[in-house]
Amino acid sequence: MKKQKKLVSYAKWGYIFLIPFFTVFIIFNLIPLVSTFYNSFFENYEIGLIQVGPTPVGLENFKTIFTDGDLGKYFTNTMIMWALGFVPQMFFSLLLAVWFTNSRLRLKGTSFFKTVIYMPNLIMASAFAMLFFALFSDIGPVNNILARLGIGQYRFLAEVAGTRGLVAFMNFLMWTGNTTIILMSGIMGIDESLFEAARIDGASSWRIFWGITMPLLRPITAYVLITSLIGGLQMFDVPQILTNGGGSPDRTSMTLIMYLNKHLYSHNYGMAGALSVILFVVTGILSMIVYTYTMNNYDGSGSLSKKARAKRKAEKKQMREQKKESKAAQATSSQHA
Amino acid sequence: MTKKRFVSATMAAIFAASLVAGCGNGGGNNSSTTTAAKKSDGKVLNIYCWNDEFKQRYEKYYKNTPSDVKVNWVITPNDNNGYQNALDAALKKQDSAPADEKIDIFLIEADYALKYTDTEYALDVKNDIGLTDDDLKDQYSYTKEIVTSTDGKLKGVTWQATPGLFAYRRSIAKDVLGTDDPTEVQKALADWNKFNDVAKQASAKGYKMLSGYDDSYRTFSNNVSKPWVDAKTSKIQIDDNLMKWVDQTKTFTDEGYNNKTSLWSDGWNADQGSKGKVFGFFYSTWGINFTLLGNSLDKKEADGGKAEVGNGIFGDYAVCQGPQPYYWGGTWICAAKGTDNVDLVKDIMKTLTCDKTTMKQITTDTQDYTNTTSGMNEIANSDFKSDFLGGQNHIKLFAEVAPKINMKNMSSYDQGLNEEFQKAFKDYFDGKVTKDQALENFYKAALEKYPNLKK
Repeated sequence: MKKQKKLVSYAKWGYIFLIPFFTVFIIFNLIPLVSTFYNSFFENYEIGLIQVGPTPVGLENFKTIFTDGDLGKYFTNTMIMWALGFVPQMFFSLLLAVWFTNSRLRLKGTSFFKTVIYMPNLIMASAFAMLFFALFSDIGPVNNILARLGIGQYRFLAEVAGTRGLVAFMNFLMWTGNTTIILMSGIMGIDESLFEAARIDGASSWRIFWGITMPLLRPITAYVLITSLIGGLQMFDVPQILTNGGGSPDRTSMTLIMYLNKHLYSHNYGMAGALSVILFVVTGILSMIVYTYTMNNYDGSGSLSKKARAKRKAEKKQMREQKKESKAAQATSSQHA
Repeated sequence: MTKKRFVSATMAAIFAASLVAGCGNGGGNNSSTTTAAKKSDGKVLNIYCWNDEFKQRYEKYYKNTPSDVKVNWVITPNDNNGYQNALDAALKKQDSAPADEKIDIFLIEADYALKYTDTEYALDVKNDIGLTDDDLKDQYSYTKEIVTSTDGKLKGVTWQATPGLFAYRRSIAKDVLGTDDPTEVQKALADWNKFNDVAKQASAKGYKMLSGYDDSYRTFSNNVSKPWVDAKTSKIQIDDNLMKWVDQTKTFTDEGYNNKTSLWSDGWNADQGSKGKVFGFFYSTWGINFTLLGNSLDKKEADGGKAEVGNGIFGDYAVCQGPQPYYWGGTWICAAKGTDNVDLVKDIMKTLTCDKTTMKQITTDTQDYTNTTSGMNEIANSDFKSDFLGGQNHIKLFAEVAPKINMKNMSSYDQGLNEEFQKAFKDYFDGKVTKDQALENFYKAALEKYPNLKK
């Protein structure tokens, strides 16, 4: 009995250390979230200095958004621009991450390159957009070069492909470095002996990448995909500044958050709230789909689910056979030698 | 235990709330007594504005600030509606703010004037402040129309008038029309049909008539026959004159009479310099002596260049009235409800906007066109001339145009709707959408800005 009394409970420290997070979370996340839901049921805006509402209107705001809004169009715009930037970003990040972490390549000056590719992320997105706005303007340096090459003027910001392309390109430049660093840390978390073993077994780099790196990197790629998707849905500053808030031409580069921002002018809490609620739901659903899809045959900490284990078994078998074959081939070749 | 704690917390909250409420009431009472008494015993003069233009005028030309009054300038830049947002927030707190923190004077621009003049926040210049009709008789009537509320009260005054003209390149006019004389050029540009004909001739010689899409917008939008919004039905009405602008600009774009730029863009600024091939620009008072002059120099003044003939195309511009009278810009002074400095505000308004001597001095010092009809006519008939305009007396032309400006069809939605209209039709000029689709996009953007309006 006495001994038990002396035992110190450390459990409470866990809760105490969690307090700062929860206070910040409740004040800056939970309360705004709940008030957003609340606001979405009211008609509440200002015309100049005249306040209209708040009057409860039920689901009227949601109805307006779904009936006369172009929500689908803005969602498509956002997703197109995100995907245009994300696909090349993923490709280059994976390539660079594999190269930088490869113990056999032993690249020199990796920290220099890591810094360089991370640089664009340090610039404020708005400053970056201003820079591109000047570079790609009708009389900007890029059009000067095009004219000198005899290609002629291309009015980037008056064309759908030009504007969307620029937005995607900027997002690509800004986030490739960041993603590379995250993927690198993921790859470095994989047991080096697995790579060595594969190499000793004579697996090609290609095979190692698809057989070891990719499957074991899955939680990290899922993380990158989800954060990038959420970030993409919230895409705002780059297209906002590049198109001066208009999403021109013909609102084809208007993202969901730019549309939300349109309600700022009239301080329209009701419509903005309703739109935010819809965005919240959409983001939640998309994240869930991505998570379940990328993680469906991964049950954490490197061990695999049943389905994946079966697949793995088959692969191993195949590998073994291949090894046998290659051994046999080696044997024959050495015989020849 | 928990119940007790809850009760005490609620008590504390109620107590705190009542404290706050008490403060609010106290402030309110104070304010009502000060307005009723109309005493100018405030020791701080709070002025809300968006740049230091008025500050410069005030500090140079207003000498009667009492020694014990501190002038507090609250300057919020215009970008992203920043100034109006800050002003709105401050005005809403006006009743509860302590006397020395209340706004005394705030400045507004024409495009959104009615947003403020139609509220009680801006005081009646005649009844509340005490300026008389006699004080105001020398001001241009359009400068008073812009700040007259819907129920007919004058809510602001300005020291400047900003009539617009058409500034053209003498060398290009000579090449296209065979003359650079302002009277002859004006004859060739007297109405829109003639203007379009000259555009065609200029294009044949390899010039552009205008730089961008929005250049001529104000000459159309200032001459509409009905306001943007119908007061009774809240319906947006698109004036025929605005559609004329759309059609003209579309023709100009398709025929290559303009350079597809936008107002204030880098291309637009470059078109005004020595490499530009643009016939002319619609500009008002400040635009000619400040923006256009700056853009015409090859070596900018910031880089040590001098504003003189030989630097860029200094001296190659001249002005004529153009096809229709219009104005562009201007700053109005309003007195805020609840000010504790009524007499001082009155004296500032009187000195800076009604006193002919002060205003003539401003014009000769800064070339700003001031709001005194007789004073400007005196300068117009003197030997005043501008080297930048090749020796032309442009004040004379301004003085002819200013009385013709008619701003009766204003609404508090002008700024927002004009902006969106120009933006929406840019896609049409670029050939990205049809006219109907552009109109549809305009309505969409308009209703986002003003949810109370109807299509």
